[in-house]
Amino acid sequence: MGKDTVSVVRQACKKFDHEGSRILDILREVQKRLACVSGETMDLLAAELSTHRIEIEGLVSFYSFFSENRKGKIIIRLCDDIIDRFAGIERVAKVFSEELGIGIGETSSDWNFSLEFTPCIGMSDQAPAALINETVVTKLTPESAGVIARSLKKNLDTSALVKKKGDGNNADRLVNAMVENNIRKKGEVLLGDNVRAEAGLRKALKKKPEEVIQEVLDSGLRGRGGAGFSTGLKWSLARKAKDARRFVICNADEGEPGTFKDRVLLTERADLIFEGMTIAAYAIGGTSGIVYLRAEYEYLLPYLERVLARRRKAGLLGKNIGGEKGFAFDIRIQLGGGAYICGEESALISSCEGLRGEPKTRPPFPVERGFLGHPTIVNNVETFCCAARILDGGPRWFAAMGTAKSSGTKLLSVSGDCAKPGIYEVPFGIRVADVLDMAGADDPTIVQVGGASGEMLNRGSFYRKICFEDLSTGGSFMTFNSSRNMLKIVDYFLEFFIHESCGYCTPCRVGNVFLRERIQKIMEGYAVKADLDYLKDLSRTIMMTSRCGLGNTSPRPVLSSIDQFPVVYASLLGEGGEGLEAGFSIQKALEESRRIAKRSSMIYDPVYGGSSD
Amino acid sequence: MTRFMEEAAIESMAEKVGDIMRNAFVFNIDGVGVKGKDGQTIMDAADQAGIYIPRLCDVEGLEPQGSCRVCTVKVNGRPAAACTQPAAEGIEVENETLEIFNWRRDLIRMLFHEGNHLCPICEASGRCELQAMAYRLGIFQPAKYPYLQPVRPIDASHPDIMLDTNRCIRCGRCIRASKDIDGKNVFGYVGRGMHKRVGVNGKNLAQTNVHLDDRAIALETCPVGCIIRKGLGFFTPIGQREFDRAPIGSTIEKAVLKRGKK
Ligand SMILES: Cc1cc2nc3c(=O)[nH]c(=O)nc-3n(C[C@H](O)[C@H](O)[C@H](O)COP(=O)(O)O)c2cc1C
Ligand code: SF4
Ligand code: SF4
Ligand code: FES
Repeated sequence: MGKDTVSVVRQACKKFDHEGSRILDILREVQKRLACVSGETMDLLAAELSTHRIEIEGLVSFYSFFSENRKGKIIIRLCDDIIDRFAGIERVAKVFSEELGIGIGETSSDWNFSLEFTPCIGMSDQAPAALINETVVTKLTPESAGVIARSLKKNLDTSALVKKKGDGNNADRLVNAMVENNIRKKGEVLLGDNVRAEAGLRKALKKKPEEVIQEVLDSGLRGRGGAGFSTGLKWSLARKAKDARRFVICNADEGEPGTFKDRVLLTERADLIFEGMTIAAYAIGGTSGIVYLRAEYEYLLPYLERVLARRRKAGLLGKNIGGEKGFAFDIRIQLGGGAYICGEESALISSCEGLRGEPKTRPPFPVERGFLGHPTIVNNVETFCCAARILDGGPRWFAAMGTAKSSGTKLLSVSGDCAKPGIYEVPFGIRVADVLDMAGADDPTIVQVGGASGEMLNRGSFYRKICFEDLSTGGSFMTFNSSRNMLKIVDYFLEFFIHESCGYCTPCRVGNVFLRERIQKIMEGYAVKADLDYLKDLSRTIMMTSRCGLGNTSPRPVLSSIDQFPVVYASLLGEGGEGLEAGFSIQKALEESRRIAKRSSMIYDPVYGGSSD
Repeated sequence: MTRFMEEAAIESMAEKVGDIMRNAFVFNIDGVGVKGKDGQTIMDAADQAGIYIPRLCDVEGLEPQGSCRVCTVKVNGRPAAACTQPAAEGIEVENETLEIFNWRRDLIRMLFHEGNHLCPICEASGRCELQAMAYRLGIFQPAKYPYLQPVRPIDASHPDIMLDTNRCIRCGRCIRASKDIDGKNVFGYVGRGMHKRVGVNGKNLAQTNVHLDDRAIALETCPVGCIIRKGLGFFTPIGQREFDRAPIGSTIEKAVLKRGKK
């Protein structure tokens, strides 16, 4: 093992020029080849990269896709999103578990398999889904899971898993995925057939950079990643910052539960994304670009690399782009490591720098001092696509669509209980009810707009509109029918935030755990009315004192569900029986004593019979 | 006495020159005018004015990191961490309102409930900043939240130092002291979310190059009682410890009263 480890570590470091900021790539390489990054390996890496073991350990323990303990040759990551849960991932998990003889979180004794749950992998429209190493498998059933498990046991070959390829570029040799695009509605901006290759870039290069920014400003384009910041303003701030180097970063981390529209753009509109990034670089004086691609989308990497190579060959990247003297710009792809928080722009920059994916202290903002201290713009995949289209179609064409403060169209990722889950390109301002109709949701009862940190709606709120003035969303739109347990959804979101909090600040790291504890208390039926005040109070502290957008919004499912479904809560709240303190459950308290004493209670468990052990 | 006055005169002159050179300005904390300079945080300026903003992760001599959030104030109506937020001309800072007071109490409680804090048997009792902060904010028995009761192993590998992170509040003071003052990397963060904790640069503390003179393990570095000198426990009798004598923050408040600025 020793000699092998040394050579793997050396090769990985060499492949990335011993570059400290590429350490995530180095770790990925090592993890893949050695199935872990052990303490011994950390020591080697630290020596090779002139850093400290604790720094390496800090990274390995932060990102879900690295592990100190040895994993199997094949890692099966079952998508544990709420949509997948309702679609039956538990039954699928059971089959995998039985076939492979290991539980969740375990690795087989022959080191062939590891079985895990993972948060949303961006396949909610084809749930239940899983990642098997880099290969995506979708629409799983207990039967298909059995077939997959047995075939893997026989040949340990993941390439044989894709029997039928998906539509569009999913069938490309370099993608080779069974993933479906499920494009249900094409709009004028992004998914229609009127998208002309490089037209936006050609027009942009004929203008001055300031004019390009002005067009983006005039179009009213706002960020598609969720926060809705003015794209033109962001670009102009970065342009004004004094520095010789500026960076353009595309946020393809798409980790918000129920969002998968960036995946479809990456598959079908890769050129448009890179075109938009190139226009942005021209506008702000950018010198290099990075696409931060979530680890779950690694299956798209070879394809995207090929598109980049082709663009370099065509003179659309590199030096003197499009014949424009002195305009040099190139793009590299940075793979993430399995951490939702890296979608937050300053955490994303930390991650690109090879650090733990923790948000940075602001100010300074990325547009002033971002990647490696240089002015940086971070924009969502869809935002770059829109920018390229605005430069072609003109700001007025774009601003004519949508509402006053939300111009253009928006991609919605629709999932859950409906006949036609998938991607809908709709103008901003569309009503929730209209989306539900289009998607064929026949019994919509709960709608969650904007992902885990978004808003939960009851039927009476379906008149509301999707736009920054009303319901803003990065694109996640989940619908649930009347058979679904509302509190299970809330509980899942909190579980997600607890798992994905970076842990930097107190309120988010600890507060979310307390929120979940109380929601579970309600679910178990021994909460009282005062618990709702407790939840609201605690939510407010978390939202107001947290350091970044995650903690600033994580209590929203709690607050909006209390607001929208007061009757559900009321039906679960008790008065506190047995003459005991309200909110105290004697059974729960006894459970602990039973466990310690290894016997039942003489008074409270007459039917237990009091047998010891 | 005369020397002291001379020193004070020079100090105030230097301050004035500095003011002119570094762009001085005025802003308000709870309606009281406070002087600030470019490059100062709200915390810096407040300290100078003798206004105490509660804090745990921030400490004199280390770069602020803004993680405990106990210093949360409102700046023009929006919450911000005073230890990292730059002071600026004309801003309205709220520090002592009921709303902020309650947030801070919640944060202190969270830190208590997250770890294992058995004050009566803790070596740091009486000089612990977490405990002192609870008293200052009027928390005498943290019972609002459930106790998470983590089980964290104790590192007793080193002959002279013991690391008991059961009380760790993840303030990172030991980490920053080691990096920025000692020029070492004895401590660092590992894990994520609830599992974020302080780790050491090696299998255990004995494997690191930690030294008894390191600032990282100095008594005033860890605000609670995680870093313990072996054979030196309970060196000051209870009742005579730092916060037994005066509440936390009073040195900052008193320093300015002495200088007669208020
Ligand atoms: C916890 C968290 C996760 C986020 N995840 C993403 C993401 O996956 N993709 C994205 O584009 N923006 C995400 N954002 C928003 C980014 O911080 C940032 O606002 C966005 O990338 C800016 O691009 P835009 O202006 O084009 O939307 C996230 C924000 C937070 C707080
Ligand atoms: S709110 Fe705090 S703990 Fe949560 S993700 Fe942001 S910085 Fe990390
Ligand atoms: S060990 Fe002490 S100084 Fe270090 S992070 Fe924990 S509480 Fe802070
Ligand atoms: S003192 Fe400011 S966040 Fe801890």
